[in-house]
Amino acid sequence: MSEQIKVKMRGENVCVHYGEKQALFDVNLDIGTNQVTSLIGPSGCGKSTFLRCLNRMNDTIDICRVTGDLTLDGQNIYDRAIDVVELRARVGMVFQKPNPFPKSIYENVAYGPRIHGLTRDKTEMDEVVENSLKRAGIWEEVKDRLDQPGTGLSGGQQQRLCIARAIATKPEVLLMDEPCSALDPIATAIIEELIDELRENFTIAIVTHSMQQAARVSQKTAFFHLGKLIEEGDTEEIFTNPQNKKTQDYITGRIG
Amino acid sequence: MAGYLILTIIAFSLIAFWIGRSAGNKFVADAQGTTVHSLPGYHGAFVAVWVGLPALVLLLLWLVFQDNVIDSLLLSSLPQSEIAGLTPAQLNLVMTEIKTVASGTIFGEPAPHIMQGAETLTRWRGIAGWAMVATSVCLMLLMLFFTRSRLSARFRARNQFEAVISGLMIFCSVAAILTTIGIIVSLLYESYAFFQLVPPHEFFFGLNWEPQIAIREDQVAGAGAFGAVPVFYGTLVIATLAMAVATPIGLFTAIYLAEYASERFRNIVKPILEILAGVPTVVYGFFAVLTVAPAIREAGTLMGLATSPNSALAAGGVMGIMIIPFISSLSDDAIRAVPRSMSDGSLAMGATRAETITRVLLPAALPGIMGGILLALSRAIGETMIVVMAAGLIATMTINPLDSVTTVTVQIVTLLIGDTAFDSPKTLAAFALGLVLFFVTLCLNVVALRIVQKYREQYE
Ligand SMILES: Nc1ncnc2c1ncn2[C@@H]1O[C@H](COP(=O)(O)OP(=O)(O)OP(=O)(O)O)[C@@H](O)[C@H]1O
Ligand SMILES: [Mg+2]
Repeated sequence: MSEQIKVKMRGENVCVHYGEKQALFDVNLDIGTNQVTSLIGPSGCGKSTFLRCLNRMNDTIDICRVTGDLTLDGQNIYDRAIDVVELRARVGMVFQKPNPFPKSIYENVAYGPRIHGLTRDKTEMDEVVENSLKRAGIWEEVKDRLDQPGTGLSGGQQQRLCIARAIATKPEVLLMDEPCSALDPIATAIIEELIDELRENFTIAIVTHSMQQAARVSQKTAFFHLGKLIEEGDTEEIFTNPQNKKTQDYITGRIG
Repeated sequence: MAGYLILTIIAFSLIAFWIGRSAGNKFVADAQGTTVHSLPGYHGAFVAVWVGLPALVLLLLWLVFQDNVIDSLLLSSLPQSEIAGLTPAQLNLVMTEIKTVASGTIFGEPAPHIMQGAETLTRWRGIAGWAMVATSVCLMLLMLFFTRSRLSARFRARNQFEAVISGLMIFCSVAAILTTIGIIVSLLYESYAFFQLVPPHEFFFGLNWEPQIAIREDQVAGAGAFGAVPVFYGTLVIATLAMAVATPIGLFTAIYLAEYASERFRNIVKPILEILAGVPTVVYGFFAVLTVAPAIREAGTLMGLATSPNSALAAGGVMGIMIIPFISSLSDDAIRAVPRSMSDGSLAMGATRAETITRVLLPAALPGIMGGILLALSRAIGETMIVVMAAGLIATMTINPLDSVTTVTVQIVTLLIGDTAFDSPKTLAAFALGLVLFFVTLCLNVVALRIVQKYREQYE
């Protein structure tokens, strides 16, 4: 990573336990400002777990215990002085499984702006909703049925709706857990374009199972294996000249 | 005799099962080229069912008709000189006497024809009993022979057996439906009789309810008025009070249990809450009369309010306590049935817990919550005991909860207690009230079911 990139979020010696079982072992990882960081690794290696640490969604799991230091703009996010609600407003998340609310499509997107009071009147809200849906590449499909339930959309449409919902809140950091897992190549391209565009103003961490996608959208890549961060660095470096044998095996398809 | 016969039938069925299964086993062993259609067990079950079931039906029919047949035979065998000119009621007496004598209890010195009748009765009963056993056994042997002869390797014993079982299930559900229809028909019939005596518009729109009319000529009573509005109004008042108590408490309890309470606390508290619904309503009744009503009365007097000793508030409030668990338990289940990912999604947007509950969880769980509320409401409308004991009997049109009111169920009880004649409008009014009540709760249940169905669709 070049020197002038500022660190937006930093994890130091992050360990996560689910009950007795340890899911993450001493992870040290920086997320650079206005960069896309992709997390790759075989299934069950702890990518989602790490992502959930970054906006403290692990708090909602009773048996989950997080140790180590996690900071946002230099401030410890597990500090008592931090309001977790405010933190999550700044660090948004798109989940691995699409989870639209059982409300209308419009209300799904308007949810965040509404609870945070981001808009003053209906026209402004309409604009935010339309804009978010457009950027998530789903506007054309749903513009005539904004009042229908979001749960009635197809899996891929739901996924894009959830992305629209997350960006409507205008978070500083956006965590995306396999946002394209149910999308066709065209929709995937739109989302990747969106990610690239969002990078100008936001910081993004994305979990993906597609090497090509990681290579296309991210500037930095981190490779996880069995709960350990094996290697991290510039995406180009990782994909062309991995230092670790395991990384090489994974990206060439020998493990995973 | 019948008891032994049932044991015999069971034994025969077991033997039949064994025979059928052995036959099935043999088909399997002998199978060459052709495959055996059904497992040996199905062959056994097929034979057993067709041996046991007809015998059982025969037994039941026999028991139902035996007494009638013997009675009429006995009656015609009595000496004409003794029974000539007797009314049916007197004949009945004679028959009863014969039966008591036959069962061994002899009072005084019965007339000779009675003694003789009793002897005949005992003899005939013995014959009938043996005839029953003989016929059943013959029937079973016949069926065994017949069904056994039908078995073969390609015989579809499984399908045949399953057809019998599904027939049985249809029979059971039809029995339940027929009972319901029977109740409705009798309600309709009696209500029709009532509306012959009292015009419907008076019943549905009349504001005066004084059903205590004279049944016999010499009684002193009012002329009677059957305007049901105050009665239904009373039900409405009590149910509203009960729901006003139960809905907020139940809902907040549910939210607390589902979202804030620890798993351990919930596991302890929820069953305890559900006990509330299991307490006998009589117990609630005297709790209302002896504890709540005096307390309300005292509080009312302190504040200078005129309070009736039987207040709607006492009955409604206690009823509200009783139906809390309907709302809290069902709402708790509904809230917890909302997928975890919903609340995760909301929290991840930076919503507070309260926002998540009010904006995502409650709307998503609304159908389930409505179902609970409607169930509680139909329970409140149908509840009798608490109101009988605590609310009073006089039908007044009042919204003052400190006054006494009466409800539909209470009126039905009072109409049918004491001196009743089944053709007086007083008694028949109970059926009309019951019919309307039935209709109202039916509607509520249909609405509740509809809502619950919609709810199911949402997450599947
Ligand atoms: N709620 C939970 N309770 C207990 N264990 C959990 C929980 N969530 C995750 N784990 C465990 O933590 C480990 C890491 O899971 P995680 O979801 O982070 O994997 P992942 O890298 O995102 O995998 P995938 O690519 O399949 O999504 C797994 O072994 C999993 O079993
Ligand atoms: Mg994952």
